[in-house]
Amino acid sequence: MLGPKFQALGIKLLSGQNPFVLTEYKIVMKRILFLVSLFTFHFSLLTHAQDMTELVKKVKAKLDQVNDYQADGMLKTDIVFIKAPVSKIKVYFKKPNKFRLKKEGGISILPKGGVSVTAGNIVDINSFVALAAGDAEVDGIKVKMVKVLPTDENNEVVLATLYIDEAYLLIRKAVITTKENGTYEIGLTYGKFAAYALPDKVVFSFNTKDYKLPKGITLEFDDNVKPGDMNKMKNKKGKVEITYSSYIINKGIDDSVFK
Amino acid sequence: MLFSEGVLCLTANNQSFIFYFSFSIFPGPTFAGIIVLMQNIITVTGLTKQFKNLTAVNNLSFSVNEGDVYGFLGQNGAGKSTTIRMLLTLIRPTAGSINMFGLNQQHYRKQVLQQTGAVIEKPDVYKYLSAYENLKLFAALSGIKPTQNELMAQLDMVGLAGREHHKVKTFSQGMKQRLGIAIALVHNPRLIVLDEPTNGLDPQGIADIRNLILHLSRERGKTIVVSSHLLSEIEQVATRVLIIDKGKKVIEGTAAQLFDPSQTIVEVDTLNNESALVQLQQSRWSDALQPRRSQTILLKINRNSIPQLHAWLVQQGIQVMSVQPRHSLEDLFLQVTSGKQHVEAFTN
Amino acid sequence: MWKLLQIELYKIFRRPRTYISFAAITALILVVQVGLKADGETYINFVLSGLKDSVDIDGKLLNGYFVCYVILQLLLIHVPLLIALIAADMISGEANMGTLRLMVAKPISREQFILAKFLASAVYTFVLLVWIAITGLLLSLWIFGTGDLFVAKISYAVQLQSNDVFWRYCGAFCFAYLAMLTVAALGFFLSLFAENSIGPIVATMSIVIFFTIISTMSIPIFQKIQPYLFTTHMVNWKEFFDEKVNANNEAILGSIQNPQRIINSALVLAAHIVGFVGLSMYLFKRKDVLS
Repeated sequence: MLGPKFQALGIKLLSGQNPFVLTEYKIVMKRILFLVSLFTFHFSLLTHAQDMTELVKKVKAKLDQVNDYQADGMLKTDIVFIKAPVSKIKVYFKKPNKFRLKKEGGISILPKGGVSVTAGNIVDINSFVALAAGDAEVDGIKVKMVKVLPTDENNEVVLATLYIDEAYLLIRKAVITTKENGTYEIGLTYGKFAAYALPDKVVFSFNTKDYKLPKGITLEFDDNVKPGDMNKMKNKKGKVEITYSSYIINKGIDDSVFK
Repeated sequence: MLFSEGVLCLTANNQSFIFYFSFSIFPGPTFAGIIVLMQNIITVTGLTKQFKNLTAVNNLSFSVNEGDVYGFLGQNGAGKSTTIRMLLTLIRPTAGSINMFGLNQQHYRKQVLQQTGAVIEKPDVYKYLSAYENLKLFAALSGIKPTQNELMAQLDMVGLAGREHHKVKTFSQGMKQRLGIAIALVHNPRLIVLDEPTNGLDPQGIADIRNLILHLSRERGKTIVVSSHLLSEIEQVATRVLIIDKGKKVIEGTAAQLFDPSQTIVEVDTLNNESALVQLQQSRWSDALQPRRSQTILLKINRNSIPQLHAWLVQQGIQVMSVQPRHSLEDLFLQVTSGKQHVEAFTN
Repeated sequence: MWKLLQIELYKIFRRPRTYISFAAITALILVVQVGLKADGETYINFVLSGLKDSVDIDGKLLNGYFVCYVILQLLLIHVPLLIALIAADMISGEANMGTLRLMVAKPISREQFILAKFLASAVYTFVLLVWIAITGLLLSLWIFGTGDLFVAKISYAVQLQSNDVFWRYCGAFCFAYLAMLTVAALGFFLSLFAENSIGPIVATMSIVIFFTIISTMSIPIFQKIQPYLFTTHMVNWKEFFDEKVNANNEAILGSIQNPQRIINSALVLAAHIVGFVGLSMYLFKRKDVLS
């Protein structure tokens, strides 16, 4: 790359010519600069990859403050073909990965796989590769996008994209792709429990399949849905929101709660 | 002397009462007389019932007086049951009118039925209830609330004492019939309508019904309309008879009015009926001889000739057991209706 | 009138046949309860199979409210037969027994007689529904407990909160009573034309089945007449188990999606009842009692 032009430059320098006016000088310098920047870039890449793992580890460390918690909250299901009321729930968590959502005497409609895949256990993946994927903005907050790939092939999570608020070490959003239950999005909003990385509100968004039951099962004559409305019900996204009103943190929770 | 006469006529609801009186305030014959025409309990005028293509009752008119035992006769399908059901408001007449107790039956149905008790053909009651429960139920429907003792007395009267609390499904036909009569009488009606009351009964049962009818009529002053196929039974109880045929009245009246004295059937019974018969066949009485239905000899003669017959028999040396006039309702019935004996009377 | 009604009720409830219906209902309900107690989860998974592709449903689905809903769905198709057993026997049974002529020859008006008979069959129907409520709802609640009611419809599902369910059942039972009373009125009406109960009972059931088939099939020519069939409206007790949602797709507690549909159906059924009974009174007044 440098060869012929370098030779020519060397000959002219040795002959005592002013290098700054030489064409060969300019060409060679350009090429040297390019190589240096390339080397620098690669070096910085290496440096960045390490940074993402560190960042993820820092986020995990913040989350690890919480050994257990129980929280009161409200569960809202927003799926076009389900009519459900907003209901009071209790959520229990215990390290490393015990999670339980309870509605006393009631029914909870949750995304497939449950809501147990939270921010906490996304980063509970023991062996992973975390790659930077650029910057983004979530609810007006600048975040780093990190692709987390579990290296364990048996892990349910195939890929997680975390939107991490570097300043507060909080995951503002996550897009999780799983083997069994497809892809869903988790949006997290924090409030007074941000110090523990416990969100005030979690929103799960996921794809839904068409729903239809035969008349022979429902024993109905009329499905009450006009043909035009049927299209609205097809292939839509569903949402489940949990709004937390209070947390009791690190007070201990019996394992029987999770049975 | 002062004579005074007056005639007071009252007409109310088709019943007429005529009071005739006369008196004198001076010495002399003084008389007063009151004539009251017998009240008609039932007056039927031009009664007709048309069922699609069949005229079951055709312009029938008759009346039943208070205290009558009114025999209602006719062949099968003559229209007896249809007429009785019209009296009881079970069937609506196509034409004609029925007055009962001086009231128009259509307009005063409730008042009329309150004074009427009926046994209609086979008296069916609620088999899953007892006799007592059935009687109490129908008493309530009749608008009365008898005491337990009254109900028990009613059942006792018809011979069901001791079976009051047994389910009717365990009863014989005769017992059901008696229960039906108890139900018909429970509210002490003025008029009792009996449609074939002896159907399915044994001779004892038939006799019981006959005695009951006579008791109700004579002792308790009830008016009774009874239809039956048993002409002999009607003969024994009825004061008046109506014979209908194909829905039309054929003849109506008392026994005296119905039977022609010049055509009286006389039954002769002797110690040797065969020998007596031979002698009669060779005598002037031969034309009067009738087909025999039993061992006795029958002749049709003028009622006034009975003593002469009796005297001739004795004269011939025939040892007479009895010479009795016989009003055969059966003969009259067969004579006036379109019926005939399809089988020759068995005489031997 | 009250006396007449008492007598008719006395006759109904003294008759052994009346209790066949109660025994049959009890047996049916117990069978369903035992079956769901033994293997209710499998049934629920089957019913919710369409939803389980999209969501997980967690919690006590198999509770007394759900069991009662299943019972009502099954029973309210078959109870009309039990209603017809009594209602279609009211006049024809009397004619068959031979007691009709005795009754009509009593000093009571024919209109009052017919009305008392119908009211008696209405009371019987009411008692039967109360029995279904006791065994189907209260007993189910006792065995399975309470919880949210999850109702799977053809195109969507409804979750009703447990404190929002009981009043709906009260409404549904009231509506179901109206539906059953319509069948009773039909049976009662047909009873006028026979002297044997079998005919009106079979005729009543045949009409109910025939109309139900027409009500069920989504064929354009049938859809024109469906609104006029009482069987189309009989199933609208289910409307009590549908709720409205707000703009955020949150279910509104205490609401009914289509209250007008319930009212319209109730009016149609009431009109049928009045029509059948009115026609019965008119015809019976003119009827010749030949039995």
